[in-house]
Amino acid sequence: MFVLAEFEDNVRIRPWMFKRKLNDAIADELNRKLANKVYHNVGLCIALHDMTRIEDSYIFPGDGSSHTKVTFRFIVFRPFVEEILVGKIRSCSADGVHVTLGFFEDIIIPPHKLQHPSRFDQTEQAWVWEYDTGDGDKHDLFMDAGESIRFRIVNETFIETSPVGPSVSTETVEKSEVNLTSPYTLSAAIDEPGLGLLSWWENS
Amino acid sequence: MELQKACVGYLSNYEVLDILQGAKSNKQHRKPHNQLATISYQTIRYLEDTPSKKHTPESITGFLKAVQAFKLTKCEKLTLLNLCPTTALEIQLVIEDSEERLTEDEVNSLLQVIATHLGNDKTNDMEMDTDQ
Repeated sequence: MFVLAEFEDNVRIRPWMFKRKLNDAIADELNRKLANKVYHNVGLCIALHDMTRIEDSYIFPGDGSSHTKVTFRFIVFRPFVEEILVGKIRSCSADGVHVTLGFFEDIIIPPHKLQHPSRFDQTEQAWVWEYDTGDGDKHDLFMDAGESIRFRIVNETFIETSPVGPSVSTETVEKSEVNLTSPYTLSAAIDEPGLGLLSWWENS
Repeated sequence: MELQKACVGYLSNYEVLDILQGAKSNKQHRKPHNQLATISYQTIRYLEDTPSKKHTPESITGFLKAVQAFKLTKCEKLTLLNLCPTTALEIQLVIEDSEERLTEDEVNSLLQVIATHLGNDKTNDMEMDTDQ
């Protein structure tokens, strides 16, 4: 679920931070840069783990700041494909079931990856697993928001969300688009026995 | 910022929880960064709901030694550690081709290993404290 990623960066320390220890100042700067952000093709950065190398610092003409090249390792949330995770249902929509882990919300289970057969209940706004009881009858199992759910990661998508350049007429349209796309999306599946709401399998 | 390697190693949930909690108590005197504080708080809240909360370094080493006999991959062991499965069904999900690789007895003994090293058996005293 969590991995360590190694980065190298030139860290600029402003002069008013010189009174602090260099290591602390760099650590703060790196956390400020990366914490709670998605790094393209790496994952969601959580917190600095350690710094493996700190090179000499330089001061360039015209800038009072010091520049230090550091190699460091960051704790990153990136579950591997096929990994089993437990989260909570955030909401259901016709697009599938949205799952949240609290710190990461962009997990979606598409309709064809739900237990079979499932249907979307418009009035309850929830997906329902029409569980076959074996004697020709079926039992409706609702997937309500807030329930704990176990799922398998099947795919990950990174989308480059670089800032959009200024546009003249379509500004409002583009803005809403930017808000909708998330840089890192996981798609998941619950179409195997044992996956789905934890309560479904408790007695088995 | 340059990426050297996207994955130099895996961390268990316990390690992440331990690091984040340690960082939180260390930095109390300093003004925390907004983003770091947010993500740490949310991650800790999620991890505190997982079985990892009750682990100790000793229990994890004990578990890893005990599962050596089962010939599992690194990722499988990590997932077992993070999820602490209690049923054979969950074992089947975590371990690929488990029907071919493990016999029924082995699955049961694996569950037993998880229960003794990571489960509630050992932490009975702690549980009682929280119950009260």
